[in-house]
Amino acid sequence: MSSLLSKEHIVARPGFNRWLIPPCALATHLCIGQAYAISVFNLPLTQQLGITKSLPEDWKLTELGWIFTIAIFFLGASAAVFGKWVQASGPRLSGLVSALCWGAGFLIGSVGIQLHNLWLVYFGYGVLGGCGLGIGYITPVSTLIAWFPDRRAMATGMAIMGFGGGALVASPLSVLLMKQFASPTSTGVAQTWLVLGLVYLLVMSAGAFGYRVPAPGWKPEGWVPSPVKAGALMAKYDVTPGRAITTRQFWCLWVVLCFNVTAGIGVLGQASAMIQEVFKGTINAGAAAGFVGLLSLFNMGGRFIWASLSDKIGRKATYACFFLLGPALYALVPLSGQIGSVVLFVGCFCVILTMYGGGFATIPAYLADVFGTKYVGAVHGRLLTAWSVAGILGPVLVNYLREFQIQSGIPKYQAYNVTMYIMAGLLVIAFFANLAVKPVSEQLTEREPQAGGRPVTA
Amino acid sequence: MANPSSVKSSRVDPGGTPPPLGHLASHAAGPSGGQLVALVLSWVGVSLPLAWGVLETLRKTMALFQ
Repeated sequence: MSSLLSKEHIVARPGFNRWLIPPCALATHLCIGQAYAISVFNLPLTQQLGITKSLPEDWKLTELGWIFTIAIFFLGASAAVFGKWVQASGPRLSGLVSALCWGAGFLIGSVGIQLHNLWLVYFGYGVLGGCGLGIGYITPVSTLIAWFPDRRAMATGMAIMGFGGGALVASPLSVLLMKQFASPTSTGVAQTWLVLGLVYLLVMSAGAFGYRVPAPGWKPEGWVPSPVKAGALMAKYDVTPGRAITTRQFWCLWVVLCFNVTAGIGVLGQASAMIQEVFKGTINAGAAAGFVGLLSLFNMGGRFIWASLSDKIGRKATYACFFLLGPALYALVPLSGQIGSVVLFVGCFCVILTMYGGGFATIPAYLADVFGTKYVGAVHGRLLTAWSVAGILGPVLVNYLREFQIQSGIPKYQAYNVTMYIMAGLLVIAFFANLAVKPVSEQLTEREPQAGGRPVTA
Repeated sequence: MANPSSVKSSRVDPGGTPPPLGHLASHAAGPSGGQLVALVLSWVGVSLPLAWGVLETLRKTMALFQ
């Protein structure tokens, strides 16, 4: 059994078509991407006992919010802790472990909902599911980079686009399942989680068994790596994960990811409330839901588009675009509210969300460029702690600042303005952090040429 | 180093014999029948739910423009 799951067992045979790999990655990410659709269960879970209304013993929204926060925290933590193991054990084993954690998280959570035990839900979805998220997220990264050295970011962009798409699938699917299972004595949530857990376990396991790794020395047919000028941001040798986290470059990229995610994640969580408050009387709840859907589409599209573009213009230039455009767009949002322009408001946030998604999708290729491909999975795992921090920083900045503004007498429709300027400021800081990313000193590398690496010219 | 998974390259040992032309020809024509089926099924398998999710989201999005 252990040999069946080992990396050595899944070396591709001659003639294997590399385009069989992205669907495996998509299968994983489409499932774990459900995390962004967790809010669809919020209202029904506040009425789990009362069914059609909330009883005093029912869970509060503030308590339920912790389910997502715990899951995102454990996403970053597990990616950091298990990154080396994921890299060493290969995508089949780590994909299967991720499937078991994610599926079991739902099953345990379902029991918790049925027994009305929130701590069981925290443990199931939050802790176990969060570990499934983290391990599943980084599982395909190094495999895709190995199969597509000629288009690293496009390949990882495809997988990470699946994470954005996962919410688009899970949201209507969850609503459909809850309607199916709802009854006079049940909201249908526990049964929905049971079905989702089993489906995700099956789909992710199928994806895990589809992975293959290229044979040592494999290159795409006809691909000749173009020479890289000495001093260019393309690692000649690999950097171990332990060494990587001691470098300035790692922490610059950590700031880049953390602040880019912070700027987007707070908006995502409050988009519906924000547009209704800024355009009170013009935008109702239905239109606000449409706005949230639009943001999800642009988030997903941006992952593929910006990542693919970075293969042409380079990673540093791509992030420079984010951190030049982003502050300008955030600064325009208060103006759009003042002049009452829904089109400008929506347009700004749609572009911002493409860059939010693009930031996630391009970072693995950026890490491969800076630290080499051999340990990119493990280094990526450690960098995802930035996501954990952003997952708390973003909502706190948006929600608490809004509360503070309102308590200070600022009208609700203006209560987000200061937050928008702060987000713009964070992106300016990230611009300089990105600018500071330079090639890693050779003294910190393993001094063996990268697998699939490029010759360096003086 | 030889490229074992490449379609066209083949390891030719000095003094050895190259693979039969038929072998090369079938690979030069593209993926085998089995791989083609796997490619189609796997891409359709992930694209269909994604397309459904996108359509459902677009339907909700129309409310913003009404």
